[in-house]
Amino acid sequence: MNKKKRIIPGFGISMGITISILSIVVLIPLSSLVIFSAKLSFSEFIYTVTRPRVLSGYFVSISTSFIASLINVFMGLALAWVLVRYDFKGKRFIDGIIELPFALPTAVAGISLTHLTTTNGWVGQIFYKLFGIKIAYTRIGITIALIFIGIPFVVRSVQPVLEKIDIKYEEAAFILGADSKTTFLKVIFPEILPAIISGFTLAFARSIGEYGSVVFIAGNTPYETEIAPLLIMSELQEFDYSAATSIALVMLAISVVILSVNALAQGIVSKRVNGKI
Amino acid sequence: MNLRKENKALKYFLIIISFIFLGVFLILPLIYIIITALKNGVAAYVNAISDEYAIKAALLTLEATLIAVVVNTIFGVFAAWLITKYTFRGKKILSTFIDLPVTVSPIIAGLIYVLTFGRQSSLFPILDSYGIQIIFAVPGIVLATIFVTFPFISRELIPVLTSQGTDEEEAAALMGAGLFKIFKKVTFPNVKWALLYGIVLCTARSIGEFGAVSVLSGHLRGKTNTLPLYIELLYQGYDFTGAFAASSILVIFAVVVLVLRLVIEKRGEKNLDIKK
Repeated sequence: MNKKKRIIPGFGISMGITISILSIVVLIPLSSLVIFSAKLSFSEFIYTVTRPRVLSGYFVSISTSFIASLINVFMGLALAWVLVRYDFKGKRFIDGIIELPFALPTAVAGISLTHLTTTNGWVGQIFYKLFGIKIAYTRIGITIALIFIGIPFVVRSVQPVLEKIDIKYEEAAFILGADSKTTFLKVIFPEILPAIISGFTLAFARSIGEYGSVVFIAGNTPYETEIAPLLIMSELQEFDYSAATSIALVMLAISVVILSVNALAQGIVSKRVNGKI
Repeated sequence: MNLRKENKALKYFLIIISFIFLGVFLILPLIYIIITALKNGVAAYVNAISDEYAIKAALLTLEATLIAVVVNTIFGVFAAWLITKYTFRGKKILSTFIDLPVTVSPIIAGLIYVLTFGRQSSLFPILDSYGIQIIFAVPGIVLATIFVTFPFISRELIPVLTSQGTDEEEAAALMGAGLFKIFKKVTFPNVKWALLYGIVLCTARSIGEFGAVSVLSGHLRGKTNTLPLYIELLYQGYDFTGAFAASSILVIFAVVVLVLRLVIEKRGEKNLDIKK
């Protein structure tokens, strides 16, 4: 039945190579996680993930990631807007540099941001002397690192949708008497909202799992600035694989929820970019 | 006319905010790394980057990156081809599994390999009897690097292949061309820039991976330390000049990646224009 559809040769070999490599790299390791989790006792699992230190780790990770991603929504929107709607010198430079967090190793970004924001760092001393605010080794520092790694996600989600919006609708709104604020809120914003949600959830999911850029700036004080991935790391270093897996399972569940929201939003976005509104 | 004036103020406000934001968050850290690396003079800088362990770490990073790029390119081309050129059951599930590695925390990626190949795993005695050590050794680092960059190539190829459809390949197949010939003559010219961009992204991420590699590395200086892990080691030992000097190499590399991206994007656009 399928023979007719597959005019192009090579289905067998493509399937074979894809499944083989996928099995070794993803499926077998993933199934070992499933097998290992099945062996965990439920009471031990609940005990591990409700320890105050673990709960505080989840809270630190989720709250800093949420705030950082929210800030990235506003900055990402502004950057996407500037890149799509305006012409100015240095536009190509901005467009290029936005991907820096993808290209720069996270550990390198981490040590640089840390040094800049300590109480005698270039930026840190300004905030410390003027406002008495410490950045490095606090939750503010974690948030800063997460803003750094999350910024390209929102920009790259919103930019293509903004490019597709026909200027005619704004002109129509203007002729009908709407001011620019109303036009933005009633005409443009509903159109880009799914893309914003998609960018936010991508940045949020990435931030919750982020390790390299955060460990240096966090200071890693228990109950204060200890993130959930670091807790998994410490359990691994003590060879307590059950505890590490328990903490990881909760994080995976959180990621699944965030990414499901993302999948919904992305569905709407791809419809709009491809012109089927 | 009034509206236009209002927009102009907003325009300059937004542009200035954008420059300040990117200046502080992205440019300043880069400049800081270069300045700190050179703070103790060029001689100290050269000394730091020509350190025996620095070179060994760089070589291990290159080795892991090279293997990851080769494996992921082979996988990415076949997977993208499979997903876009044929119809079969379970395609959606397959795509989900291919994309999964980038949505998982790098620490969790490391964890699942520890669970698969570690001492408590049922695979361990088998591998051990052949003298194969995977975790806390180079194979673990390589596997972790492959994992975190797994969908990078296929993700760039799939949209391009989808937009091109299967007509040309089907025509070639009906005229009797084999798989390899169709790919080389018909498909490859259309996707070469996307493929190259995927390889650049994969290389960048492979070189910089920290979390997953950190879990699986034995942290042995000169043996299982990649460049980012070596930087962490220097930093924790308060050798800031050394840490930032080693970082500066990765900064230069990151800038090269960004420039390459712009060049590839421009080439790719030109290619599309000609086709149209």
